[in-house]
Amino acid sequence: MDNFNDLMKERSVTYKPAGTGKIYTDPDADKARAYFRDVKPRKMTEKLTTVDKVVKDLIKDGDYLGVGGFGANRIPTAVLHEIVRQKKKNLGLAGHTATHDFQILTAGKCIDRCDVAYIIGLEARGLSKVARRAVESGSIDITEWTNAALTWRYKAAAMGVSFLPVRCMLGTDTEKFSAAMEVECPFTGAKYLAVPALYPDVGIIHVHRSDVYGNCQVDGIMVADQDLARAAKKLIITTEKLVPNEVIRRDPTRTVIPYYLVDAVIEVPFGCYPGNMAYEYFSDEEHLREWMRVENDPDELAAFLDRHIYGVKDFNEYLDSVGGMARLQELRNLETLIEK
Amino acid sequence: MEYNDMELMISLASRYLEDDSIVVVGTGAPCAAAMLAQKLYSPRLMIMFEAGGIGPMLPSMPISVGDSRTFYRALAASSMPEIMETCQRGLVDYTFLGGAQIDQYGNINSTMIGKEYKTPKVRFPGSGGANDLGSLCWKTMMITPQDPRRFTEKIDFVTTPGYLTGPGAREEAGLPPGSGPYKVITNLCVIGFDEETKRMKVESMHPGIKKETILENTGFELLWADDLSESEPPKQEELEVLRNEVDPYRYIIGRA
Repeated sequence: MDNFNDLMKERSVTYKPAGTGKIYTDPDADKARAYFRDVKPRKMTEKLTTVDKVVKDLIKDGDYLGVGGFGANRIPTAVLHEIVRQKKKNLGLAGHTATHDFQILTAGKCIDRCDVAYIIGLEARGLSKVARRAVESGSIDITEWTNAALTWRYKAAAMGVSFLPVRCMLGTDTEKFSAAMEVECPFTGAKYLAVPALYPDVGIIHVHRSDVYGNCQVDGIMVADQDLARAAKKLIITTEKLVPNEVIRRDPTRTVIPYYLVDAVIEVPFGCYPGNMAYEYFSDEEHLREWMRVENDPDELAAFLDRHIYGVKDFNEYLDSVGGMARLQELRNLETLIEK
Repeated sequence: MEYNDMELMISLASRYLEDDSIVVVGTGAPCAAAMLAQKLYSPRLMIMFEAGGIGPMLPSMPISVGDSRTFYRALAASSMPEIMETCQRGLVDYTFLGGAQIDQYGNINSTMIGKEYKTPKVRFPGSGGANDLGSLCWKTMMITPQDPRRFTEKIDFVTTPGYLTGPGAREEAGLPPGSGPYKVITNLCVIGFDEETKRMKVESMHPGIKKETILENTGFELLWADDLSESEPPKQEELEVLRNEVDPYRYIIGRA
């Protein structure tokens, strides 16, 4: 036998804080279990509501949010706009590949703390000035992480454990400004970073189809949403299409979020506009460019936000304000590579 | 044939990606290099995107690492944990990274410029997946313009680990042994890393580039390979495929 049994003996180990960052959410798995036991409904009931009502009822000032999708792709734009419209304050955010979602929430001055993996930027499109200023001015408290670290923090919560050992971030300043702990593997003695479970107060995910109970299917990549859906204490689903329960039952292999994780379901067609919804519509690059452009001038930005968020009553009016069905049809054609 | 810096860098990078290997790429030049490699040198090169796309038949340049092009007619539309865990398991051979600053050990800054973390002069997006890929993939490559502000002795923030402080430092920190920076491909030269010191070592200078130009554009001491050569410029075939098939709208190669 090799020496891999050598460490199976009583010994003391040292835990060392790896960084100076703060943990914003309680990683305690037993508290989460108690919450899931006492609050999460098991009954398969209809959960249909409206965007306006769900933001009023389920999102409180000070809550910590986890937002699904990646960048501007498959984000729940309608709920994000409503959060801004209802002027929610002091929200926390998992800045996991947060691009347009971060831009929307900082435009509304809704966030005061953020676990950062990726913020401010819109990938190849450039950086959001408003988002950048919000972070540079110190008005948002931040703790540094990486995409994998935040994904695995969701995963720990989804597994029902309070941490996971990971091998990224080690040796860097990213680690120094994180809230991870350096630990040793009990079996091999190898050095790992322990990252705390991340249980957001509210998860918000946009999917391709859901039934009225919240059984959801997604076409294409899941990003981190499988784990986010399980980690979130409350979960809001917006769906491109509401489908009969029979559609789910006909193809259960595809169900990625079962109903018992879900607290509310809202049908929002074109719900991740101006982002890309795989197989449905491509991102509206013109609108995203326009958003970045108006950020150069506070007055223009204010007028822009008024035109598209504060001054409209709901998401359908927003879609009308950017060109309505004609524009959306162009984006559908782009997505399906139809050259017009 | 005439070519620009971007076409040169992409062509050079494409030649390093071996067939039957796996590469995780982002948008832009790295994606173009991987596509070019697939079309000319390594038809079975597996391209992955960190958001979950595995082996797409890319119809065009993706705008986002998670847009639908990254899993267009793919082998799998998976998830971020799937990709990151594949890296952590040791199955991903190459990755490409970029950044605002890089030092002689290949450590990269994409987080902030300034002295104080809490009050940065300029804040950038942060790691995203860069730190993960640079920590967990076997060989990390960079395609980047070279200037003294970018190639600097001391970077303001180590977002992603290169060889950290030198030989043994990655292992000491707990990072997987045998992983780390591999090549840095700039508009002036191709740089590798010295076996012993883990410092940047110039391997080839691009046609028409003088040693002084490279020195002027580097803020730290470079090592030079004994068999220092001239980089082989883009071949006609590379340029044709790059211009006609990989990036017909010149999104990337038009940036030079």
